[in-house]
Amino acid sequence: MIKIEKLHKSYPIGKESIHVLKGIDLHIKEGEFVSIMGSSGSGKSTLLNIVGLLDIHDEGNYYLNGELIKDLNEKKAAILRNKFLGFVFQSFNLISYKTALENVSLPLYYKGVSRKERNEISMDYLDKVGLKDWASHLPNELSGGQKQRVAIARALVTKPKVVLADEPTGALDSITSNSVMDLLKDINNEGMTVFVITHEEEIASQTKRIVRLKDGVIVSDELTKAPKTPLHV
Amino acid sequence: MRFIFEKDTWQEIYDSIRKNKGRTAITIFGAFWGILLLVGLLGAAKGIENSFNSLFGDFATNSVFISGSKTTMPFKGYQEGKQIDLTTRDVEIIKKEIRGVQFVVPRNATGGQVTYGFKTGNFTIFGDFPLLDEVQKKRLTDGRFINQKDIDENRKVCVISEGIFKELYKKKEDAIGTYLKISGISYQVVGVYRTSRFEGTNNIHIPFSTFKLVYNKGDKFIWMVVTGKKNFDIVQVEADVKLLLKNIHNVHPNDTRAFRGFNLGKEIAKVTGFLKGLQFLTWFVGIATLIAGVFAIGNILLITVKERTKEIGIRRALGATPNKVRQQIILESLFLTLLAGSLGIIAGGLILMFIDYKEWLTNPTVDIPIILIAYTVLVILGTLIGFIPAYMATIVKPIDALREE
Ligand SMILES: Nc1ncnc2c1ncn2[C@@H]1O[C@H](COP(=O)(O)OP(=O)(O)OP(=O)(O)O)[C@@H](O)[C@H]1O
Ligand SMILES: [Mg+2]
Repeated sequence: MIKIEKLHKSYPIGKESIHVLKGIDLHIKEGEFVSIMGSSGSGKSTLLNIVGLLDIHDEGNYYLNGELIKDLNEKKAAILRNKFLGFVFQSFNLISYKTALENVSLPLYYKGVSRKERNEISMDYLDKVGLKDWASHLPNELSGGQKQRVAIARALVTKPKVVLADEPTGALDSITSNSVMDLLKDINNEGMTVFVITHEEEIASQTKRIVRLKDGVIVSDELTKAPKTPLHV
Repeated sequence: MRFIFEKDTWQEIYDSIRKNKGRTAITIFGAFWGILLLVGLLGAAKGIENSFNSLFGDFATNSVFISGSKTTMPFKGYQEGKQIDLTTRDVEIIKKEIRGVQFVVPRNATGGQVTYGFKTGNFTIFGDFPLLDEVQKKRLTDGRFINQKDIDENRKVCVISEGIFKELYKKKEDAIGTYLKISGISYQVVGVYRTSRFEGTNNIHIPFSTFKLVYNKGDKFIWMVVTGKKNFDIVQVEADVKLLLKNIHNVHPNDTRAFRGFNLGKEIAKVTGFLKGLQFLTWFVGIATLIAGVFAIGNILLITVKERTKEIGIRRALGATPNKVRQQIILESLFLTLLAGSLGIIAGGLILMFIDYKEWLTNPTVDIPIILIAYTVLVILGTLIGFIPAYMATIVKPIDALREE
């Protein structure tokens, strides 16, 4: 599903540039549930953004769904994002003046789905994340956990192949974190590839594979034993 | 271009506009104000012009009034201070000699006491030819104006203004056929007319020939109305006529005071020039405001695009192509200018209607094509100006847009 070979990325800062990713090789197959760990500044978000076609790499090869990503124009990238990828951000990134339902249905709008169908599908997904009754609420009327669930519904609504989540639980307490993780697990159980960044071992241990980054290189890449079941309170 | 006709496109724009009411209001205000000012000013300028035109009523605007006065220079043995009287012979010569003259209408006037029944008043009595009706159209509310037969037979008939009718008659009374005593002589009323604002209100017209006999004027008269033919410069006509008159009456060619002239054409041209200037100014101010309004829209859109960088980043992460993003911003701009323009035209129209209703000005109107042109220009500019923020919205990488706080 995602295949990365010798990937490099630097950010120019003035005349200098900092080398953030220094030759990453990573292969994620369809249906995997992968977490990336690493200290702050190790390049996790950079990697995820490149995978998510929000940023471009400097060197190496990146194949998404078998297609080599190279010299991609923004239009093509947008279409690929819409088709294959779903995003969940640490800061939710909901549009503040749109209701939960409207936020969820936005990717479908860009996909060209009719309004009626959009609303039906979006409602189903809101239901799935347990927020059907909150459909007409604006983001600022929702709690952090609820916002993140809306964001997850929005990431799923186009049935993407890969869900990319950059610290989806970073802004949540442990209980809401677990409910968000449960959702991601459900998604993964349905066959979707899930790729999360996290700081917390507790979260990472709930995924099936942990990749550890340090200073722009992968230092370990191992499958978790039996994924632990989180404590429900 | 299909997206323009898709309901979803507009729904998305409508949502974004509706949910940012403050921003929308500020944005459209500029263009609204511009077109409102343009419509209002053009209408007012037209109203001033109309008011001015109605002031002179149906006066031939290319006319000059000439009367004789005292000479101020000695000439051919005559002392200065000689009184010059115009005569009917002058009229014939002018008509024959001067190119570009259409009508020459001699007039006499005097003050006199007028009595009807027990009522009496002091009014101005004019001795006139039927031709006066050609150069200063009389709007008759009843009866007729003086005709050739009145002249030929020296009839004792008169035409009175509405002002006199109101002073002497009862409201519903029929004046036609009644007799008025003017300076002790009875005249039959044959017509009543409504004066324009430029004329006095209390006028009585009797046949020129009758006036001549009754007031013992001989061939003399006080002044004449000379009108120019179309395409002839009335100022030139005045100069030609005066020169000819000086020749006939043995007046020094450089004596500027022997004949007095009030050149209506020249005065009107002055005002017309002023009105033209006013209209030009109106256009200038209106268009400048309009353009300023459009720039205001562009500017505010640019600011809001900056404000919305993050939102646009989110939309792009969710699969909005740069085209989609640009479309939306340009259409928003288009929609806002359409709205602002329509509101401006409606508000401007209402203001003009109010001015008309209050009768502050006569018929303040703006031609529909002018409105359409202004509207089209506004909308085109509004759309074009939308390209700038639209472009700004898509040059950053989506990730940079998302990072924005
Ligand atoms: N747009 C950018 N311009 C310049 N430098 C950047 C940019 N984005 C990231 N960096 C730098 O690249 C390095 C890696 O950043 P990245 O965001 O990938 O780290 P991270 O592993 O996600 O850290 P964290 O856990 O704090 O989110 C950091 O040193 C950061 O300062
Ligand atoms: Mg990060």
